[in-house]
Amino acid sequence: MSEEAIAENTAKMKKVFDSPESLNDQHFSYCPGCHHGVINRLIAEAIDELGIQDTTVGTAPVGCSVFLYKWFDIDVIQPAHGRVSAVATGAKRARPDLTVFAYQGDGDFASIGTNNSTHAANRGENITTFFINNTLYGMTGGEMAPTTLIGQKTTTSPHGRSAKDYGYPIKMSEMLAELDGPTYITRQAVYDPKRIDRAKAAIKKAFRIQMEDEGYSLVEFLSACPINWGMDPAEANDRIKKEVEEVYPLGDIIERG
Amino acid sequence: MSRGKVEIDDDRCKGCGLCIEACPQDVLEFSDDFNSSGYNYVTPENPEDCIGCGFCGKVCPDVAITVYKLQKEGV
Repeated sequence: MSEEAIAENTAKMKKVFDSPESLNDQHFSYCPGCHHGVINRLIAEAIDELGIQDTTVGTAPVGCSVFLYKWFDIDVIQPAHGRVSAVATGAKRARPDLTVFAYQGDGDFASIGTNNSTHAANRGENITTFFINNTLYGMTGGEMAPTTLIGQKTTTSPHGRSAKDYGYPIKMSEMLAELDGPTYITRQAVYDPKRIDRAKAAIKKAFRIQMEDEGYSLVEFLSACPINWGMDPAEANDRIKKEVEEVYPLGDIIERG
Repeated sequence: MSRGKVEIDDDRCKGCGLCIEACPQDVLEFSDDFNSSGYNYVTPENPEDCIGCGFCGKVCPDVAITVYKLQKEGV
């Protein structure tokens, strides 16, 4: 094809995929193949599509996603470790006109912050929580987390997690679904385009629930951590499909009207 | 005539290769070069096969990909 033909062809093309407005130009500091980046982008796309960029406040955890304020072109608060739900509660109660989301990893949400996250859910606090479950502590070097699967090898469970010594993987979403407070709890994955589309729909739904004043919404993501799992990114995606989904099944867990 | 076009920001790409896995048309390949961060970035090796589906962009964890799609005449 000649250069003119290529140029003519290009002129007829429309941009169908680009970086969302709610993210700025800073590069993510996540490792190659980490799903945090996909989830960050989906949240930013949802914010763009709902037209709430100027009225959204995020709260970031301690963990790999601690720098949300650097990457998102929205206001972000970075509370102490595990206090994200509490600070999001404060922001939302002070300014009910804003859309407030809590972004938490499994260390923040299911370990050091279990108390805060559980009570925020139980109060039916009108916030949206994104819970990123990669079955270990990513930032500090891949230690065992409460979400680690039985038999999974981590730096602090080199022979694999045993239920006898360390208990069972904590199913936060199912646990919180037992409470009367939450309105919507769902578990999603982002390892292929189909799941990514579903995950984005869940994010938008969770935001809409908050915008319509209907209470607490939680979207849990099964996220890959190729570096700490000792896998290449494609193998890590496969692991979610074959192993992690067995323990943490995908889909809506509760939806109350 | 290609039905789509994919652009990869070499400097943002971390070479995870998820886009290569996701592409149904085998458009993308690892390049022979490294970017300023030392990653072996991905490049459109067979651009004429692109159909503009956007799968590569969706799975990219680093927002490094822009996708264009050919529009039908008169639309």
